[in-house]
Amino acid sequence: MSIIHEKISQTDRLVSLFEQNKEILNQGSSPILNRIREVSVKRFAQIGIPDFKYEDYKYTNLKPAFEKSYRQELVRESGLINLNEVFKCNIPQLDTHLVFLVNGWFYSGNNPAAALPKGVVLGSLEQIANEQPELLQNYLNRQAGLSNDPMVALNTAFAKDGFFIHIPKGAVIEKPIQIINLLSSDDNLMATQRNLIVAEAGSQVKVLVCDHTLTSASFLYNSVSEVFVGEDALVDVYTIQNHHNQSTTINSSFYRLQRNSNLVTGTVSLHGGLIRNNLKVTFNGDHSEANVNGISFTDKKQHVDNFTMIEHAMPNCLSNQIYKNILDDESTGAFAGRIHVARDAQQTNAFQRNNNVLLSDKARMQTKPQLIIDADDVKCSHGATVGQINEEALFFLRARGIGEKEARMMLMNAFAREVVQKIGIEPLRDRIDELIEKRLKGEISRCHDCDYQCNC
Amino acid sequence: MENQDKLLSDITTKEYEYGFVTDIDTDVIPKGLNEDVVRLISMKKNEPEFMLEFRLKAYREWLKMKAPEWAYLKIPPIDFQETIYYAAPRTSPKYQSLDEVDPELLETFKKLGIPIEEQKHLAGVAVDVVMDSVSVTTTFKKVLAEKGIIFCSFSEALNEHPDLIKKYLGMAVPTTDNFFAALNSAVFSDGSFCYIPKGVRCPMELSTYFRINTAGTGQFERTLIIAEDDSYVSYLEGCTAPMRDENQLHAAVVEIIALDRAEVKYSTVQNWYPGDKNGLGGIYNFVTKRGICRGESSKISWTQVETGSAITWKYPSCVLIGDNSVGEFNSVALTNHHQQADTGTKMIHIGKNTKSTIVSKGISAGKSDNSYRGLVKVMPGATNARNFSQCDSLLLGSTCGAHTFPYIEVGNKSSIVEHEATTSKIGEDQIFYCNQRGISTEDAIGMIVNGYAKEVLNKLPMEFAVEAQKLLAISLEGSVG
Repeated sequence: MSIIHEKISQTDRLVSLFEQNKEILNQGSSPILNRIREVSVKRFAQIGIPDFKYEDYKYTNLKPAFEKSYRQELVRESGLINLNEVFKCNIPQLDTHLVFLVNGWFYSGNNPAAALPKGVVLGSLEQIANEQPELLQNYLNRQAGLSNDPMVALNTAFAKDGFFIHIPKGAVIEKPIQIINLLSSDDNLMATQRNLIVAEAGSQVKVLVCDHTLTSASFLYNSVSEVFVGEDALVDVYTIQNHHNQSTTINSSFYRLQRNSNLVTGTVSLHGGLIRNNLKVTFNGDHSEANVNGISFTDKKQHVDNFTMIEHAMPNCLSNQIYKNILDDESTGAFAGRIHVARDAQQTNAFQRNNNVLLSDKARMQTKPQLIIDADDVKCSHGATVGQINEEALFFLRARGIGEKEARMMLMNAFAREVVQKIGIEPLRDRIDELIEKRLKGEISRCHDCDYQCNC
Repeated sequence: MENQDKLLSDITTKEYEYGFVTDIDTDVIPKGLNEDVVRLISMKKNEPEFMLEFRLKAYREWLKMKAPEWAYLKIPPIDFQETIYYAAPRTSPKYQSLDEVDPELLETFKKLGIPIEEQKHLAGVAVDVVMDSVSVTTTFKKVLAEKGIIFCSFSEALNEHPDLIKKYLGMAVPTTDNFFAALNSAVFSDGSFCYIPKGVRCPMELSTYFRINTAGTGQFERTLIIAEDDSYVSYLEGCTAPMRDENQLHAAVVEIIALDRAEVKYSTVQNWYPGDKNGLGGIYNFVTKRGICRGESSKISWTQVETGSAITWKYPSCVLIGDNSVGEFNSVALTNHHQQADTGTKMIHIGKNTKSTIVSKGISAGKSDNSYRGLVKVMPGATNARNFSQCDSLLLGSTCGAHTFPYIEVGNKSSIVEHEATTSKIGEDQIFYCNQRGISTEDAIGMIVNGYAKEVLNKLPMEFAVEAQKLLAISLEGSVG
């Protein structure tokens, strides 16, 4: 009984926190954000903090993460030093439009707009929702609002800020936009971040999101992003997750694709205590294409869960998913992928693959690839494997004078490469390769020009 | 294409062939379920005390349980008080020879295509027939007894071999396993019991035929197979029911225990009444089947051809406890009209070097939904475990659905688990290829479907393979040449 009791109390605690701080939450926030808070908190309360009894969270129990007490930054806290000077993310040959967010708040020292093409808006969700609500009122919560996920509802209830990108019709942004999400606090912190990307018809954008922790406190980071890909638009979104072991990361992304559009996503989970990535792609127009990729590396007691849902609502679309996990020590991994082909979505091609390598006897992998097919003229497949490094390949390399450790490293690198190759920004690809190599060698995967000591 | 459409419409309008009712006097208890009914069933069957306790315990557990809702099925609410839990053919079920059997009953079996008499002489298959939950005839008993094999109805076994039943009943499927298993444990009326002693290789296929005859009854049979060290048995099961407008409940439990180096092969051809083409009537088939490979190097293999039932909810599973034990699951599931099937398997690897193979072929037509749901679980101690799963779905028509829900959980680094699934329809290019070579569209579809299912059909014993092919042929009438 005690377990049930605790579940109720943790959920209730968050609900009452909401009730008590309703005014603070609404203060300074746009009505577009405020009007969905009440409904969302009710929706969250219905399911509560999910544990393994809730089918979608069968392999990820979030309850222990919520047991800790966290401070929430319900209003923007100022007094942070100039991040541009401290945090240098210097990827050779990668020139980006760089913005920072701290604990889910858009950092006021950012000045990215200068070099962006005319009409492109990149800034704080809070600020733009207040100043130009017409830009986001048709998009905000239109996808996330349909979700049953209690964590998404919790985010909607508490969210005040995040980044917002609007790319007008036909605009092409050559340089990638780089978003650096930093978590920094002396005491335990729950951060809520809400992002929105609207790419209008014919536009092109590449977005790189990097998550970092700067202090050793425990973090619970709940982020929701909604991405709208307009007709003929090309959108790439890459996420690199690099949090320390005391952090819990819940990252939900929703993508809606209009006719003839193209989406590429890549989620690289390098480090983190508990990472849960929810990803949903909805095909809202025909002849569009989505490539959804992910790779994770876990050791110690880390846990990574990738939960994807590809909704083929329209005919003639293509989706490709490749997810890979390398698990060491006592880490656990999970993958749940669902492809749903609706009744009239004929000529759909949907492919999904999940490959996993277990390096230790205490590592666990749980995978749940699912197909729900309601149309007949489709080509759909999914595959999942759990295994280890190919001993024959290892022997081949060793026979050629390569040490065992080095050979294993090469093979793991090769295993990861398939996913890395899908990344459409070349300098980033090289950097990720390098980070992966460092990660596999057990070194802290910190970019070498970065002065900040990520407490990994 | 016109041909193909016509063919598809032929398939989707095909009616059930085994829908006759046999006019046999039946001993029926009033409908409804309570503790007294459980006691009454136990009393009617002259059961020992431990059996009644087993039933009551299961019944009390059942009261606390809820019907499972996780399957990809639309199950209308079932009123468990509207079902008759016991119906036995009035003529006493104890027969010495076939001559004493009610001729009507024999006629039934002839219609079903179970050639009891011919088989007695020619095919060499020992058949146990269960009608409305009561075992009515067991053939070849004497021949088997010489080898020490016990093959009889469950009630008979309860009277003659209570020790074996007490020891093994509920070992693979405990009373509390799930809602329908608990219900079955409480009210099961009969079934088959099979015991293969040490080192004996059963010389013939053992077979059970199940038939629901009385209206408003549920069939709850229980099968228990025990294979001692180094033994082998191949067991067949077939099922049919009359056509009725109402839905009837079938909740069976099959338990298999395989000891050291024993091998059990269990084959099912399930052809319960699927309901008419508007989805009216049909059997609800909620079956729990599980085998335990207790001994080292033991092997259990499930082969099933599922063509009937309005709703199928069935997951024949293997628990691989013994080191080097092997589990196999081969399935062809065909759904048509408004049928729904959520079927698959569970392979639980506990012992070292355990292996399992899953081959599932789903064929959906009409407005049906066909799902594969499977679990492959490798426990941390199951080093060097190996699994390969393959789930293919074939869609005939644009109004049906095919779904796959595999669960894979791996707990150590030396195990290899692979799963692959594909969904497709018969390609126009494939048909074209055949047409080009002078094969009509009809024959081509027949060939492709046959070839598609062959991998599984080949695993069936000869006698059954013929029947299974016939069944598929009926379902795809006009296409199989």
